[in-house]
Amino acid sequence: MGLTRGWRPALVGAGAATVALAAIVAALGPALTVIPIEVLRLVVGALLLVFGLQWLRKAILRASGWRAIRDENAVFARERAEAASAPRVEHAGLDWYAFTISFKGVLLEGLEVAFIVLTFGSTQGSIPLAALGAGAAVVLVVATGLVVREPLSRVPENTLAFAVGVMLTTFGIFWGAEGAGVDWPGGDASLPGVLAFVLLISLGFVTALRRRRLAIA
Amino acid sequence: MKRFATFWWDFVVGDDWRVAVGIVVAFGLTALLAATSIPAWWVLPLAVAAVLWLSLRRVVRPPDRNEPT
Repeated sequence: MGLTRGWRPALVGAGAATVALAAIVAALGPALTVIPIEVLRLVVGALLLVFGLQWLRKAILRASGWRAIRDENAVFARERAEAASAPRVEHAGLDWYAFTISFKGVLLEGLEVAFIVLTFGSTQGSIPLAALGAGAAVVLVVATGLVVREPLSRVPENTLAFAVGVMLTTFGIFWGAEGAGVDWPGGDASLPGVLAFVLLISLGFVTALRRRRLAIA
Repeated sequence: MKRFATFWWDFVVGDDWRVAVGIVVAFGLTALLAATSIPAWWVLPLAVAAVLWLSLRRVVRPPDRNEPT
């Protein structure tokens, strides 16, 4: 948006979304801490599981060649062309198209991150620690971007998506089962076992689907 | 209102609603088993593996067996 429609409406939109996001987190964060931990783990586990399986499903299909790997350069070129051709309508002295696209993008992506941070923090009893982890990730990503100075297309996006899908699915299984009344053998020590199981079946599915594709080709 | 509902449907359920249904059924089965003396920890991992595989299989089936989109 900044490159195609101007930086002012894009930055105002992103800033407004950040403020909205902070307000939502400030309202929901304390509310989560009063929900019984078993109920919270059940709901959070179920949501992490459906999110995680969405990520994992797409990542497995891409890794096995059944769905095309996203071409970030092509996506950037297409979206830039769409943004450049959109009609210019002004509200409050701002290019409304650039403002709303920036606002929605930051708010929606931010909501997903906020959901993960709040739920991980509240189920493990430390929202500040989860927020610290998220902050450290932001610093790390920005620092890596500044040091490496490579285009977005060089980021191994599908590997990242695969890893995120495995992690979300693992925590979803673990907390969801606990919320449903399960006692894991060995307690928290079984978490690496669940992670290994999810990783192995996912890699197995990639191999099986890749073989299937090669057999058809 | 319809767009709002569609957004939340896409955000939570995603491409394959059968995955969400499968997870809900698996949670129900887990809760039922957990209320008995039978260990229930194995239900959810196996259900996740089954639901994921079935969802993937739907995508890679030959075209003539796919449902119209």
